[in-house]
Amino acid sequence: MSGLRLESGGQIDRKRWLSFTFDGKAYSGFAGDTLASALLANGVRIVGRSFKYHRPRGVWSSWVDDPNAIMTVRLGDRELPNVSAATTLLEDGMELRAVNAWPNARYDVKGGLDLFHRFLGAGFYYKTFIWPDWHLFEPAIRKMAGLGPVNADVYDDYVSDQLNASCDTLVVGGGPAGLVAARTAAERGEAVWLVEDHASLGGSAAMLGHIDGTDHAAWVQAQEQAIEVADGRILKQTTAYGIYDHAMVGLLEKRGFAQPPRRYRLRAGRIIMATGALDRPITFGNNDLPGIMSLQGAADFMARYGVLPARKMIVMANNAAADQACAVLDQAGADLRHFAPSKTMSGFGSRGVEGVSIDGYKRTANAVLVSGGLTPLVHLWRHAGGKLDWCETRQAFLPGYGPKNMQAIGAANGTFEVDKAIAEGTAAGKGLSFERPSTSYTLTPLWPQPGSKGRQWIDFQHDVTLKDVEVAARENYVSVEHLKRYTTLGMAADQGKTANMAGLAAMATIQGRPIPEVGTTTFRPPFVPVPIEAFHGHHGKQLWHPVKRLPLEAEHRVMNGALREYGGWLRPGWYGNDDAELHIQAEALLARQTVALFDGSSLGKIAVMGPDAEAFVNFVYYNTIKTLKPGEMRYGLMLTERGIVKDDGVIARLGPDHFLISCSSSHTDSVRTHLEAWRQDGNDPDRIFIHDETQSWATLTVTGPRARDVVASLGLPLDIGAAALPHMTFQETQWNDHPLRIARVSFTGDLSFEISVPARQAPALWAVLHPSIKDHGGGLLGIEALSILRAEKGYIMIGKDTDGETMPHDLGFTVPRAKKTAAYLGDRSLHTAVANAPGRKQLVGLKVADGGAMIPTGAHIVLPGKSSSQGYVTSSYDSPYLGHPIALAIVTDGARRHGEAVEAWHDNRRLPVTICAPCVFDPTGEKLHA
Amino acid sequence: MQVFPCPFCGPRNETEFHFAAEAGKVRPDTTQQIGDADWATYLHAQRNEKGTVREVWMHMTCAELFILERDSVTMDVLGSTALRKDAT
Ligand SMILES: [Zn+2]
Repeated sequence: MSGLRLESGGQIDRKRWLSFTFDGKAYSGFAGDTLASALLANGVRIVGRSFKYHRPRGVWSSWVDDPNAIMTVRLGDRELPNVSAATTLLEDGMELRAVNAWPNARYDVKGGLDLFHRFLGAGFYYKTFIWPDWHLFEPAIRKMAGLGPVNADVYDDYVSDQLNASCDTLVVGGGPAGLVAARTAAERGEAVWLVEDHASLGGSAAMLGHIDGTDHAAWVQAQEQAIEVADGRILKQTTAYGIYDHAMVGLLEKRGFAQPPRRYRLRAGRIIMATGALDRPITFGNNDLPGIMSLQGAADFMARYGVLPARKMIVMANNAAADQACAVLDQAGADLRHFAPSKTMSGFGSRGVEGVSIDGYKRTANAVLVSGGLTPLVHLWRHAGGKLDWCETRQAFLPGYGPKNMQAIGAANGTFEVDKAIAEGTAAGKGLSFERPSTSYTLTPLWPQPGSKGRQWIDFQHDVTLKDVEVAARENYVSVEHLKRYTTLGMAADQGKTANMAGLAAMATIQGRPIPEVGTTTFRPPFVPVPIEAFHGHHGKQLWHPVKRLPLEAEHRVMNGALREYGGWLRPGWYGNDDAELHIQAEALLARQTVALFDGSSLGKIAVMGPDAEAFVNFVYYNTIKTLKPGEMRYGLMLTERGIVKDDGVIARLGPDHFLISCSSSHTDSVRTHLEAWRQDGNDPDRIFIHDETQSWATLTVTGPRARDVVASLGLPLDIGAAALPHMTFQETQWNDHPLRIARVSFTGDLSFEISVPARQAPALWAVLHPSIKDHGGGLLGIEALSILRAEKGYIMIGKDTDGETMPHDLGFTVPRAKKTAAYLGDRSLHTAVANAPGRKQLVGLKVADGGAMIPTGAHIVLPGKSSSQGYVTSSYDSPYLGHPIALAIVTDGARRHGEAVEAWHDNRRLPVTICAPCVFDPTGEKLHA
Repeated sequence: MQVFPCPFCGPRNETEFHFAAEAGKVRPDTTQQIGDADWATYLHAQRNEKGTVREVWMHMTCAELFILERDSVTMDVLGSTALRKDAT
């Protein structure tokens, strides 16, 4: 039998029983147990299966270095995948399921995979992807890969808090060194945060009898009280998972299974890293058998949870730190048999380890504890940009040249003796620099021996063996970064905490190079897996991307407006809530036949003012603007400096030094910053002022043959006839004791008036225009129907009917390019070889044969029967007014190909279409100018 | 997450800022003849230096451009100055 709980010892509460199940079987544990300690105490030996070969896996270690015990856990109606059994506290009623094992961890039907291991070696995935056809393997690999299915339930109430915080001094790690450092700093008056990832403080103190002549538990308690008295803040169950730019530290605070973890973005004046060290595995034949464990891990299970992996155990260690761990186990009554690790040893056993054969002798035991030497946890040091130095004595990488305001102390610094670690903690707490003391720690180097017999495991979860490392070296994947990706070494859930040192040491031996020359892979955050929810938090929906809202939203809702997000605005796509397409078609038809009312308030309205305003707008527009007279408007394009069309719209001149730029609703923010950048860089910003007044004004558009009759109902004190207020002019007046601007500008191609009033006047304007529209037989127009009308007229939407290569002459706007003499943004780019080259994609319309179907947007334009793309469909609609489908496209040399028969190719269907002019409504402009 | 000092608003998270350009780039006078190579250099060539760099950034929340001096290796911020005529 293996695994037993002692009557006393550890930090668990033996009065509080917790019941749980594992793979359907009932067990019990105590408050303070982790899932792993409870399973071990119940004698559960196989806790999961490895990733690739489905080999049985047992608990390897007691904390973040356990790569094996990954569970799916359910409690109540909540289920979470990828739960680390070693670092998760047990709660009453938990249902644990081993992952990657079906029907359960003991009998995995895929265990047979292991027989095929010779086909699944290093580079398996790489080689499979290219030969002979990945698709042959994909279904089987997808089924086998991964660590458990994700529950499809959505937990709306599972939302992580995210907090920004700062402190003077952050101490990471609540072991003896960290406690003393935090206490010292706090007592000096610094604002101290101490974070400890376990539920209790003390770290390795639990394995020590006495510290400073005091019982270890009492000593830890004294430090904790002193820190709190000095106003230090202690966060338990909190992991510093990464240090980012400018020393921002990511903290993850666990709050039990039911509550999502909390994330802190902490900025600390200085950071003291007291993160401790982990034990390394020893690489030998069958070293992955369940029951072969980390010696330090086993001692930790005893010290914290009162659990022994077995009574009769073999110990194989190569270092001085093993003595302390063995003392803990000895005291607990374990029967330890010590053997020196040998090159030829090999584990044996069927369902788990039954012993080790050493130099030909079979030594039996119920568990085998190995210790290959301590590896300081230097992840945060590397995140922050610190260097590592190889220490020959300790056979480990230690913190070297450090980042500013960061110190490493204790085992993390390679100082494994507690008295010296405490001395470092005191020095660091005072903010003093210190030299690393000499060490009494010794070890016999013991690294993987290439060429050895049997399967020797380096990465337990990802099934990377010593042979795989040899294969990688043979195939010239010798850089550790390549080795990692080729073999997946160190890419398991523990991110190489057990595997990396052995892997790189093996590569060093194979190549005959020293370990420091081979180096380590990059240490990247997070140190432990962090649930995505911790980063997501409240950043969802409206809090992530708040929509901009129309002043008339309430009125649209009354009229059953289907409010959708369009370019960041909540706007009515159509009116009516049943068949959308029916409403859209009816709205578009009515607008053409009589008159329609459209809410254009979201259109950008950016004022440019000041003595240099004229020169400035003339520079930022492709078109010449300086000839524009007050009261006139002009359609224009804005280009990037690369000559690409950025936005289009209408600019109005309100006065000699006052312009109003109307840009696309969705581009307003980017146009504003674009203008600001050019205003401030290259101009005198005191002579030009830019003001985005989009949200200060509401605009209602009246469009259609009867638009003038509707506008007349406002009783404005001005002549709105075609002669007095012609197309592309505007007038300013007063209405309802407030300013009102009326403009003859059209996005439908029909007679249109845009009427703008201060946003708060919008309901009053609606109250007059809406009934008047109805009186004249018209209706409301949503943005979907408007899109049809503008496409009939051949009016483009930038970014929809253009792409990242479209220049103004591709759209037919050729005059400024040929004639404008003043400098303007993007000018020189319109005269490069690329801009002048034949074969540019140009805007065209597409006609379908009589009775033909709508052309899918995105369909490629090809020559009949051919397959090479000559462009694509950008907009496509059924036109209710014209009675047939219409489409816009950008097509190679399209402007001179009107009348040519081509095909629109989509989803293996070809539609015959004819290239035509983009404008198919009122080409002569009679209606527009009516 | 870096912290940049806006000359107008003080230290803020980098997510509030947008990189605009490397400092010191002058737009050629496009009313004059400009060779393809010179124009391409203006558009595309970046010094992308290792070490101390001078860059133009915009603080998006106040829309002010400024010169940010920083170290592209250590990510240290060395200083920031407003991009006003009298400041450059
Ligand atoms: Zn600012």
